[in-house]
Amino acid sequence: MPNTPSNKPIVAAVEGWYTMDQDKPHLIGTCCKQCGTYYFPKQDRFCRNPDCNSTEFEEVTLSRTGTIWSYTDAQYKPPEPFIAADPYEPYAIAAVQLEKEKMIILGQVVEGTGVDKLKVGNKAELVLETLYEDDDNVKVIWKWKPTA
Amino acid sequence: MTKEVAVIGIGMHPWGKWGKNFVEYGVKAARDALADAGVSWKDIDFISGAATMRCGYPGYVAGATFAQALGWQGAEINTSYAACASGSQALAAARSKILSGEAQCALVIGADTTPKGFLAPAKGYRPDDPDWLRFYIGITNPTYFALYARRRMDVFGDTMEDFAAVKVKNAKHGFTNPYARYRKKFTAEDVANSAMVANPLRLMDICATSDGAAAVIVCSEEFAKKIGKSDAVRVSAISTVTPTFPNAVVEMPDIATDSAVAAEAVSFRAQLPKKAYEEAGIGPEDVSLAEVYDLSTALELDWYEDLQLCARGEGARLVREGATTLGGRIPVNVSGGLACFGEAVPAQALAQICELTWQLRGQAGDRQVANAKVGITANQGLFGHGSCVILKK
Repeated sequence: MPNTPSNKPIVAAVEGWYTMDQDKPHLIGTCCKQCGTYYFPKQDRFCRNPDCNSTEFEEVTLSRTGTIWSYTDAQYKPPEPFIAADPYEPYAIAAVQLEKEKMIILGQVVEGTGVDKLKVGNKAELVLETLYEDDDNVKVIWKWKPTA
Repeated sequence: MTKEVAVIGIGMHPWGKWGKNFVEYGVKAARDALADAGVSWKDIDFISGAATMRCGYPGYVAGATFAQALGWQGAEINTSYAACASGSQALAAARSKILSGEAQCALVIGADTTPKGFLAPAKGYRPDDPDWLRFYIGITNPTYFALYARRRMDVFGDTMEDFAAVKVKNAKHGFTNPYARYRKKFTAEDVANSAMVANPLRLMDICATSDGAAAVIVCSEEFAKKIGKSDAVRVSAISTVTPTFPNAVVEMPDIATDSAVAAEAVSFRAQLPKKAYEEAGIGPEDVSLAEVYDLSTALELDWYEDLQLCARGEGARLVREGATTLGGRIPVNVSGGLACFGEAVPAQALAQICELTWQLRGQAGDRQVANAKVGITANQGLFGHGSCVILKK
């Protein structure tokens, strides 16, 4: 959900990487039909498992909850192409491990949640929040929200 | 037939933010290395350059750039790019050329001029490039170092004081190194008072970027004998292995790890020294000193464990006990490390070789590790690049 009220259309900051379901969004990945390896971002041309030469993939939604593997924050404004709010607001970042897919995915943590609210081993779920707003649209991205 | 290559000459340009053309730094380092080796420029029959991506076309063809700057003399050239491991890969190219008998004496060289602030990606809207995407969603280089550091704290019980102790140690080591950029004995209070960048890492936990240059002259054993340097330091192993799928740790610039559904996850950093130890036929117990890539203070502790200087999770204990301080059981980063240098990407892996060579020759002055016989380097960079080199007396 956008974190500030706006009448602008809500669009994905990176198109096709996640479902735009405002309540229960999922990242969209792929799964190799031969060895079962998951990919995010999507990989649908060749499998990167050295023991697999598959070129057949299925598009799948990934688990939307996982376990916090580690976390940090960004106290300084990143360089372009990051588009920062003015004034810049630091945000937390989490690396979350998905159990079924056996992979770790990075993302910002929801606005207003600092590192003091995070702990390795705790659970987090995927949500959509504003990455930035331009003249025409509110651009949303996936973020991690601690649940316990 | 020669089996190992000899390191007969080393040279560096001091690290700093000098704002000059990288070629100027490289020429200085190369001339110092030639003088140190006691060979003439025209004795060099192979020039192996480590590329820089930040200085335009001359940087992409570093081998040719330095061959021209020092005076075209008909040698063969090579340029290697392997991110932070570029210098090691350039060294590996020179070693192969020499061991195959195609070259006798090679110059290996890397130099860089760096911009200020965060390293940023090329422009445009390019979501398919992971290095672009991660910046777009707000993930910079310190993010990765901080994730590893926090994981150490929550899993092994490391503290921010442990991380600061690494900075204090390296600052003490590099204090008298004439090539180091930062020569000040920083204290734990200095670290604690520096700005938080990416929790738990503060400004002084994270290495800067610097200008600098390093050059190494390597040759065949026959050539070393011919010029009266039979006892020169030898290159015992060079490991530049790639990660093994699936990589267990989220690595710069990726936003996700490989999925470990089809195979057990493997640590990349631990694979690098493993191959080097095997190639050299030695173990971690034989190592006198190590130069490791302390992109962050906490990362140095990861390297202790990856180099098997201690068991997994015990890195902080080593720094607390002083084992990795000069005079300790296994001194690490006696040059001062990246903490004192700041990273000059194509030159850094070669600077590690220069320090080990000085140490193994017994020429390191105030930084000298007593009775140093075997030294190991370790580094890792973007896109599956990393290296580990073993030198011995």
